[in-house]
Parts: sequence; C-alpha cells; structure tokens
Amino acid sequence: MSDNELIWRIAGGSGDGIDSTSQTFAKVLMRSGLDVFTHRHYPSRIRGGHTYVEIRAAGHEVQSRGDGYNFLLALGDSFARNPQEDAYYGNEEVKPLSENLDDLREGGIIVYDTGLISEEDVEDLNLEERAEENDWHVFPMDLRSLAREHGREVMRNTAGVGVTAALLGMDLDPFVEAMEDSKMSGDVLQANLDIFQEANDIVHEEFEFTHDLRIPEGEHEEEQALLSGSNAIAYGSIDAGCRFIAGYPMTPWTDVFTIMSQHLPDMGGISEQVEDEIAAAALAVGASHAGAKAMSGSSGGGFALMSEPLGLAEMTETPIVLLESMRAGPSTGMPTKPEQADLEFVLYTSQGDSSRVVFAPGNVEEAYEQTRLAFHIAYEYQIPAIIIYDQKLSGENTNVPVSFFDREPEPGLGSTLTEDELAEAAHDASGKFERFQHDPDTTDNGVSPRSLPGQSGGRYLATGNEHTPTGHICEDADNRVFQMERRLQKLESIREELEEEHESNQTFFGDESADYGIITWGSSQGAVEEAVERLNDAGSSVKGLGVSDMMPFPENEITEFIESVDEVMVVEMNATAQFRGHIQKELGRYGEKLTSLLKYNGNPFEPAEIVESYELRIEDSDEEPTAQVHIEPAAGD
Amino acid sequence: MSAFNAIGEERDIDREEFTAGNEPQPTWCPGCGDFGVLKALKQALPEVGRTPEEVLTVTGIGCSGKLNSYLDTYGFHTIHGRSLPVARAAKLANDGLEVIAAGGDGDGYGIGGNHFMHTARENHDMTYIVFNNEVFGLTKGQTSPTSPKGHKSKTTPHGNAKSPIRPLSLGLTSGATYIARTAAVNPNQAKEIIAEAIEHDGFAHIDFLTQCPTWNKDARQYVPYVDVQESDDYDFDITDREEAQDMMFEAENALHEGTVLTGRFFVDERPSYQEQKKDLGEMPREPLAERYFDDDAEWERSYDLLDRHK
Repeated sequence: MSDNELIWRIAGGSGDGIDSTSQTFAKVLMRSGLDVFTHRHYPSRIRGGHTYVEIRAAGHEVQSRGDGYNFLLALGDSFARNPQEDAYYGNEEVKPLSENLDDLREGGIIVYDTGLISEEDVEDLNLEERAEENDWHVFPMDLRSLAREHGREVMRNTAGVGVTAALLGMDLDPFVEAMEDSKMSGDVLQANLDIFQEANDIVHEEFEFTHDLRIPEGEHEEEQALLSGSNAIAYGSIDAGCRFIAGYPMTPWTDVFTIMSQHLPDMGGISEQVEDEIAAAALAVGASHAGAKAMSGSSGGGFALMSEPLGLAEMTETPIVLLESMRAGPSTGMPTKPEQADLEFVLYTSQGDSSRVVFAPGNVEEAYEQTRLAFHIAYEYQIPAIIIYDQKLSGENTNVPVSFFDREPEPGLGSTLTEDELAEAAHDASGKFERFQHDPDTTDNGVSPRSLPGQSGGRYLATGNEHTPTGHICEDADNRVFQMERRLQKLESIREELEEEHESNQTFFGDESADYGIITWGSSQGAVEEAVERLNDAGSSVKGLGVSDMMPFPENEITEFIESVDEVMVVEMNATAQFRGHIQKELGRYGEKLTSLLKYNGNPFEPAEIVESYELRIEDSDEEPTAQVHIEPAAGD
Repeated sequence: MSAFNAIGEERDIDREEFTAGNEPQPTWCPGCGDFGVLKALKQALPEVGRTPEEVLTVTGIGCSGKLNSYLDTYGFHTIHGRSLPVARAAKLANDGLEVIAAGGDGDGYGIGGNHFMHTARENHDMTYIVFNNEVFGLTKGQTSPTSPKGHKSKTTPHGNAKSPIRPLSLGLTSGATYIARTAAVNPNQAKEIIAEAIEHDGFAHIDFLTQCPTWNKDARQYVPYVDVQESDDYDFDITDREEAQDMMFEAENALHEGTVLTGRFFVDERPSYQEQKKDLGEMPREPLAERYFDDDAEWERSYDLLDRHK
C-alpha cells in the first residue's frame, strides 16, 4: 500500500448522484496529472440502498481499487427506507457512514452530512471512540442545508466535493472548469459553483486541519482519457467496423449496449433492442450472414438464452462477436456484484463439440485490443468470438493515453468473397457455390470463404444440420468427419495466428527468476499485479501471469510459466476454481501444483488479500486468511 | 456500384430456376401439403420478378424447415423457432434482399411465438409462411399449438385439454399488416396470396394449411375450402380491423367444424419497420452490407469520440 495515494469513497443511496459526482471528481484528478482507478459498489434497486464509488488516485500507476480507502464522504441516503433499526434493511439513513467504517485506513478522513445523518445515530456508532483508536479525522457538516440554501438538496454532492477539495488542499480551478464543461444549464451551474465555493470557505473558516492526508502530486507525459471497460469494448467494436448490435437490457452488459446504441445510428449503423436474448444473438447471426459486422451480448442469465444461436453460428460458420459481462450467480444471483463464475459455461454452452474463441481482457486497454482482435478472428475464421468480462471491468474507469486510440479502423469482412472472386470459385454441377469446401488442399487453415445473399453466383444453403460443401443436409459418415475436422482445424489455425502474428494477450509481471507463481485471468489481473509488485518490493520473489486467451488456450505460455516455478496460486473470483480446472483440462496435468485463491462474496480482490494468502501458503500455515477469501490447496496437498 | 448484383436484376425468370439441380427429390411424405407451398413459391417468385439469388429463404426446424433444401435461393435453415430473428436481421443488414421466412405451426406459434409476436408488432418488411398442419409431424404426431381441443397423441393419450392458438387473430393483435390463410389444395389462391405477400411492404403472415397425410388424417385434405373473397356468404372489409377480427374468429372456429375458410383477412398500409427506422435516422438509407464493399466509405473512429472522456 502506497502512502502517497488518495482512495476517496463517496457513499450514499442509489439515485443520490453518486456516480456522476464521482465521474467529475475522477476527471479532475486525472487532469491534475494523477493516475486514477474507480470502483463501483451498488445494489440492484433504483432508489436508495448502500452505494459507494471509490476513486483511487496516485502519482504512480494504479491497476486496482487498492486496499481499503482513506477518505470517506458519507452523504447519507436520501431515499432510505425503514429508519427503524430492527427493520430488514436496517437503518439506511446512517449506512453511508456505518457500513463503510471497517475499511477505512488509519489516519483516514471522514466527512459526513449532518443534514441527513443524525447526531443520535452517530453516537450509537461510537464514532468518537473509534476515531481516536484509528486516528481518524472527522468533519461533520450540514451539506444538505448548504445545498438547499443555494440550489437543490441533490447538490449535497457538490458541497461534499467542495469539502473534499478544501481538506486535501486542492486547487479549485480544475473543479470549476469541470463543472463548466458538464451539461449543466446556467442556473444549475451557478448554484453548484456557489455551493462548491462556500463549502470550501466553511472548511477553511471552521475546521482545524489535524490530518496529514493531502492530494498526491503527479504529472502525465501526454493527454489522458477516462474510460471504463464498457467504453473500451464499445470503442474496440466501432474501430473494428461493427455497425450492428442487438440486445436486451441486463446488468452489467447494458453499459456496452447503451454506448453502442448511442453511437451507431450516427455512424450509419443499426442497433436493435429485441424481445429476448435468443432473438438478440439470432439477429447478430442474421445480420452477419447478410454482410454486416455484428455483435450481441448479455450477462449470465441472458447469455444462457444465447446458447442456441451460438451453436448455430458455430455450425453455419457465421462470424459473430458476443459479450458476456459476468455478475455473481447462480440464477439471478447478485445482479450488481462482480464474479468470474461463468467461465465453464461460456466455454462449453450449446450442444455438441464447441468451437469458439473466448478472450478475457484484464483491464481497460486490453478490453479495447481484444475486442478488435475478436472481430478480426471472428470474420477471418468464420467463428463466434466471445469477450468474457465482468461487472468490475464493465464499470471501472481508468485513465488511458488518448494516443492509444489513434489508429486505423479495420472494417473488412474477412474471408468473404466479392462477386468477381465468386465467379472464379468452386460451384457444383447445378451452379451452387461450394461454401463449405472440405478439401484440405484449398482449405488448409480450415476456412472456406463465404458468399453473401444477393451476390451473383454465390447461392448456397446455410444450415445447423451437418452439410455437404454446398450446404445440403447430409449425414454421410465421411462428409461428417471431413467437415468436423475442418471446423476444428480453424481453432488450431487461430492458436497459431495468435502465437505468431500478434502480441501475446497474456501479461507477465514480477520477478522472472522467481520460483513461486501467481496466475489469474480476466479482470482480477490488476489486483494480482499490484500484489506481486508489493511482495517483490518487500523481499519475496514472485512472478505473475494474467491470462486472457481462454480459447484457444495458450498452452505453451502457460506450460512454460508453470514449469518455471515450484508452486502456482490461481487467483479467481468464483467458488469452484473454474480456471484452475480449465488449466488442468487443457494441459492434462499440474493438479498437484496448482493452489487456488478464491473470492465469491461479491467484491473484487484487493491486493492485500492476495499478499496475505501468499504468505500463509509460503509459511505452510493452517490459519484462515483474515479476509473473506478461501484457499483451496492443490490436489494431494 | 453495388456489390450485390443479383438484387434488382431485370430479366425473364423461369420457375425451374428455383428447382435445385443436384438435390434429391423432397423427402416429404407422398401427399404432404408442403409440396403445395414449394410449388406456389416457385410460381409466385418469377411472377413478381424475383430471381433466385436476390431471395433469402429462412426456415425453422421440422418438415417445413426443409423448404429451402428444395427451393433454390439463398437459404438459411436455422434452429427451431428462430427463423424470424435471423430473417429480420438479414433484411435490416441488406434490405435489397427479398426475405421469406417459413416454419411449422409449432415453430411459429409455439417455441417461436415470442418472435412471431414481436416481428409482427415491428412490421418487418418480409413474408412469413407458417406451414400449419395442426400437429408435430417430423417428431411423429404429437399435439401442437394448433391441434384441436381433445386431440389425442402419444403425449396427450386422453386428449388435449388446451384450446388451439388462433393464428390469424394472433397475427392481427400482434401487428401484422397482411394476413391471409390458404391451403395446399388450393394452388391458384396460394400462388396469388404468396405473390401479394411478397409485394406487401411490411410483415405479411400467411397461415398455410398443409395437410399431414401421415400424422393428421383427421384433417383430411382441408377440402372443401371456401375463399372468403369469392363466396357470397361472407362480406367484410379487409382494411377494417374490427370486421377482419370477426372474420378471423369465425374462420378459426370453422376450421375445427370442418369448414375451411381461406383468403385475405386483413391488409394495413402502415409503413414497414425499415421505413420507420430510416425516417427516424436509426438505419442507413443505403444497405449496410454495401458499405463493407465500398472502398471510398469513411469509417468513423473511436478516437474522434474521446472529447467526453478528457
């Protein structure tokens, strides 16, 4: 844990404007030269409930939410239900304060709104005593009255940010600029500016600065943009030439669907919100079949409905990109909480032998890169490509250099023929185009180029049944084996292309000579990377690997990594060690070498939890970790 | 210049062009009503000037799903109940295509019922032919959504307690803008109705009675049939929603009493989904699929969207 960092937590109820306020604040921090990383925690309800956003900001690179936090802005929940303490939801009014105290670091700051959180409730929390024990610096202030005085109650946020800025010794101009940049109208803007300034003044007039925490300093070498994983996936899709999306709302996948739907019509594209996810994926198949670069997606429950069209895309060799934004399951599970428990499902759902590509990006930049790559692979190899990510990556914002996005779009349709090419292509005696040729001489990488409906000389039948080269339904044994092997060959060819022609999607970090390894996948990568760095700084010798290629599996890279160490800890957010199982299945061994660190309480990993679990393993301790995580020993251990 | 030169091609079209050259004869049972649909399509398509390669026939699963194995157009034999979402997306991606979807009554009114309702509601510009034989044929005669009450089969040994779906009424309530019923035994009317449905700008729903001589002998051959437009016994305005609804209700009841009422039941000229989407600026005027072949096309970049993130 770095001393020179701010982890600011703004807590309130859903509907209190926590999200938009934190966006503005994160931008101000980024513009002031800091690296930022945000984390959203919210319930599945429209109004009220315990919600917070954390913004971590430092003068150095930040790759995770960090450990705990050091600044609490407790706004109070203006939509609180059941103020009685014995009510099912507890006393919600005080939750923005009471629910957040356990994670607050020593020396931390608490600002709370006395307009909503009563003195009585605060007394019940023993706040004074706890503050003394932990060296917390508490600043109560009636933000609600201040907001009411100049504008509307909801502007308590702005007042809270004003207090924050004052206590941290921040320059106020960037806040003013950010507010002026936003879409606020004249009166609303003025009210916010007044509230912000007055909150600041009150702090300087009335409070004694007993705390040490100040805003860190930092500088960027080039201009930055603040983006979430969902932004990155949408932008990767746009730059890959995707102009068709179909979907049905479901948290957290809705973010990408919404971003695409806002942009596509202005780009000559089409977005379709449809009756269910079966239709959504089927529309992507239909649009791609007719010659569009198409995508769909959902979260676990909706993706379950996509199993059918996914299999159809595999069998008819129709390129599509699907997204699966995981949330905690099973069934409806915890709709707004992250988990990585849909891996096995996404790898194998739909009947028959699966042939699909699955990427699990580890951060915002990887989300962009791998989405582009997914479209490239899908359209070259006529295969479904899936991006599996989660509620965490979907909503976390981080800064990326603007120049990262300055590159050429790739709108080609891959292995699709033009009419001129079709004229030269193989046809059967009746003039039907041989769209599914299985002659190894002409389709050595498994790909048989396709035509599109409406092209002269390209007609064929696409079918979910096994079929001949022209697409006729056929159960002949030889044809079956030829077609099956050709389709599977595509995955092998993709594996080769990924190895030979692209920069690896896997991220290696830590001490190359270490004999202890930590492997993770998808969005847990950042926390693991920070944990490894911290361990090595403290004198341990550890190396790490963040894996994104779920299918085809990067056999060589992972074998080499596992072979190079004595023990591996596999870190993932699920209860049944799915990725560890996947490694063992793909490599056919290493059961005795792979320990698991699992977390499935609805919150993403913090680096300290990984550090602690590593230390327990190294000491061969029987003790349970203090955090809500679980160590699952290797086979035979 | 178009990348899809089969679309809009002006030439004489021989109906035999729609007969697949290398494919064995249809595998339907002798006397199957599905032959009637195939024949009517082969007659109607040249009549309305459509060539095999500008037509995309999208089918579901079942005996009816084999339609595009025997009709030589571009074809997509999809999965059970899912022909409509595949078909309408193809039309959205390239609305130059003539899109015809087809499937059985289980496919369209049962497992795909949700898609039927919504595709009709949205009024996608396409033709949907439901092969209605009141039974699941290919799986050997189980009760289907259109089977009459009391129908006995291996899955309903004591008789079916469910009332059948009302296909025409369902189409009307959902929002289809051309609704007709025809029968395999009525080839001239079938051809005319299919031709009208193809020419209709919007969702055209044809409930096509296709006798199943193997599993639904009770339905006989859907004879004698009555054309509600030709018969003096019926007089209603097909553009009047209420009158159409009454006529549909009567036709649906009559079928189970042995009277086969066929013909056009409803026509509405509201704009198709594609037209409405274009007018709202939610869909390009030029087919999306063309753009991928246009070397001069300018592709927007995310780099130009970053201002809001800075």
